[in-house]
Amino acid sequence: MALELIEIGKTVAEQPHISDVSLRLERGSLNVLLGPTLSGKTSLMRLMAGLDKPTSGRLVMEGRDLTGVPVRQRNVAMVYQQFINYPTLTVYENIASPLKVAGADKATIEAEVGKAAELLRLTPMLERTPLELSGGQQQRTAIARALVKGAELVLLDEPLANLDYKLREELRAELPRIFQESGAIFVYATTEPSEALLLGGKTAALHEGRVAQFGPTAEVYRHPGNLTTARAFSDPPLNVVRVEKRDGRLRSQDGLLDFAAAGVAAGGLADLPDGGYSLGFRPHHLHLDAPHADAVAVTASVAVSEITGSESFVHVDFGAERWVAIWHGVHELPVDSEIQVWIDPARVFVFDLDERLIVAPARAEAA
Amino acid sequence: MARIDLQGLAHAYKPNPKSEQDFALKRLDHVWQDGGAYALLGPSGCGKTTLLNIISGLVTPTEGRILFDGEDVTALPTQQRNIAQVFQFPVIYDTMTVYENLAFPLKNRKLPEAEIDARVREIAGMLELSESLTRKARGLTADAKQKISLGRGLVRADTAAILFDEPLTVIDPHLKWLLRSQLKHLHRRFDFTMIYVTHDQTEALTFADKVVVMYEGEVVQVGTPEELFERPAHTFVGYFIGSPGMNILPAEIEGDRARVSGHEIALAGRFARPSGTTKVEIGIRPEFLRIARNGEAGGVPAALQSVEDIGRYRIARARLGDREIAVMCGEQEEIPADGLQIVFDPQRVNVYADGHRVEGEA
Repeated sequence: MALELIEIGKTVAEQPHISDVSLRLERGSLNVLLGPTLSGKTSLMRLMAGLDKPTSGRLVMEGRDLTGVPVRQRNVAMVYQQFINYPTLTVYENIASPLKVAGADKATIEAEVGKAAELLRLTPMLERTPLELSGGQQQRTAIARALVKGAELVLLDEPLANLDYKLREELRAELPRIFQESGAIFVYATTEPSEALLLGGKTAALHEGRVAQFGPTAEVYRHPGNLTTARAFSDPPLNVVRVEKRDGRLRSQDGLLDFAAAGVAAGGLADLPDGGYSLGFRPHHLHLDAPHADAVAVTASVAVSEITGSESFVHVDFGAERWVAIWHGVHELPVDSEIQVWIDPARVFVFDLDERLIVAPARAEAA
Repeated sequence: MARIDLQGLAHAYKPNPKSEQDFALKRLDHVWQDGGAYALLGPSGCGKTTLLNIISGLVTPTEGRILFDGEDVTALPTQQRNIAQVFQFPVIYDTMTVYENLAFPLKNRKLPEAEIDARVREIAGMLELSESLTRKARGLTADAKQKISLGRGLVRADTAAILFDEPLTVIDPHLKWLLRSQLKHLHRRFDFTMIYVTHDQTEALTFADKVVVMYEGEVVQVGTPEELFERPAHTFVGYFIGSPGMNILPAEIEGDRARVSGHEIALAGRFARPSGTTKVEIGIRPEFLRIARNGEAGGVPAALQSVEDIGRYRIARARLGDREIAVMCGEQEEIPADGLQIVFDPQRVNVYADGHRVEGEA
């Protein structure tokens, strides 16, 4: 079974909210919608749920056209950022409510609620009311209720955003197991790249109502097909610099970056035809010490250093570009001081002038 | 700005508190130095918002006093404390321009136009809002709106301190980086006294010179980010700070050796078991554990359970006896599925007696 979105578009008051989205979501799969606020995550989920009708395109579930079928007549469950439970009902009654509405018998309800509570570690709390629970437990209750419904499609719209950091960390680690055991199609919206990576599954990077890329999460992270996806999938932000290749050298427009693209360490840079490119590299690949002999040194000016105790996030200005570096340990550098940092040519992504990926760094696969 | 003294402060939401448990905030003495950047960090329900509300004057404490530059303000309402506050959601007027929003608190105080204009332009320059002064607030991004909220607090010349209550919650990750670094920069340049409440460790650690970690109504540690990371005073701090948190393992200690699930682990000093202690544990951060290289001696055998790929690093989770431990591994490091050996850095192993860190002897 699969849910297919075929060239879906949604326009509201002549403003395109969703444009030309085609996705195939397999049964038993987890699909992350990754993108900033207003990139279309919630709009797309509402279309999938049948809460809104698309302006163009079709929605097909297992060969059955669902376009225009309202949410009531679909088998969909949703979990929102706010914890939504019935405050006067116990956790047991909350989880049982969709089964009761569907007219299930008592034995079925008991078995199903027991199973969902076990999966979400709510068994000791079944007799409490939601207000006696922590935020994490309240959200688990909402997720359990979505699961017992036996919905074909479960939509989770930033479900962990209102939780404490540590609770988020714990629930995030458990979710993949919960998804695996359910067998429904899961769609999970988030603004955080690290959340997408932890959840795994597949990721659709959203940008201005369009899907910039859709594929296995780790693949999208390591081979972002375009600059938009690479930016969306980098936290802290991706470092970018425009360069021109000529006579075997890569130069930035202001001339501050100028190096020979040759040798093994230069990776795919050596074989690039002459022309203009954007180089992108992630913050942990902007080094304080040369990672190897072929690294390229550049001088940058410190804008601010942020110290976490284990790592430092050092923001530097390089010409007109603002870059971020992540280094181990404590590096409190004076503002406006000039420092030397190193770019590893083997770790850069190269994009053409249309922002399409030309070269991705090779990854030495762990055994 | 001001130095803020908290003297014997305690608060209970119930009337007539009798036992310790009745207090949402347990007895506390603390000094917020003039020009310091502090974070109040802890899980929900730890008392951090209660403490912030006492400083701002929204809550009158059951016990104790608050002094601003030596002057007792305990009984003063919020308006008379000259506090700038920034909340989770920006508090601004959508239909006004940025300029009008910033000028509003001064107009209310009937300041001369020229003075208002000079002050608004100064604050706008400080917050990098000069170019959007004539724009309506409605169309601005969440981080710009949050800067206007801050500006409305700063525009008064006599602001004693700036209090932030989870100010970045509604901001997108990329804008968070930007706004956070701007706040940091503002602090460096203008030496504001800033107190920042959050449950997010990255925000707390990057923002503050000193982080105050709270747990169940008590301050469990006040320290620099480095101290909290390297020498957590309590196992709670070890767990709460760091992602994943510190590995905490029940242990038997003898001199400079710890025994964990039958394996011996070297310690950097000698430890004597404090009298009356019921529980001894060692704590080591995932960052300070390492997977032994092929044939390397001195590792502790563990069974690999799973590997989480976070992009720039990976977390190997392994079983050591009946405990799970997390090990931070490099992007390209090899993680053997069988015969995993984990190396502990003795300098980085902390020893805890009943949850509290104990110092060893060299």
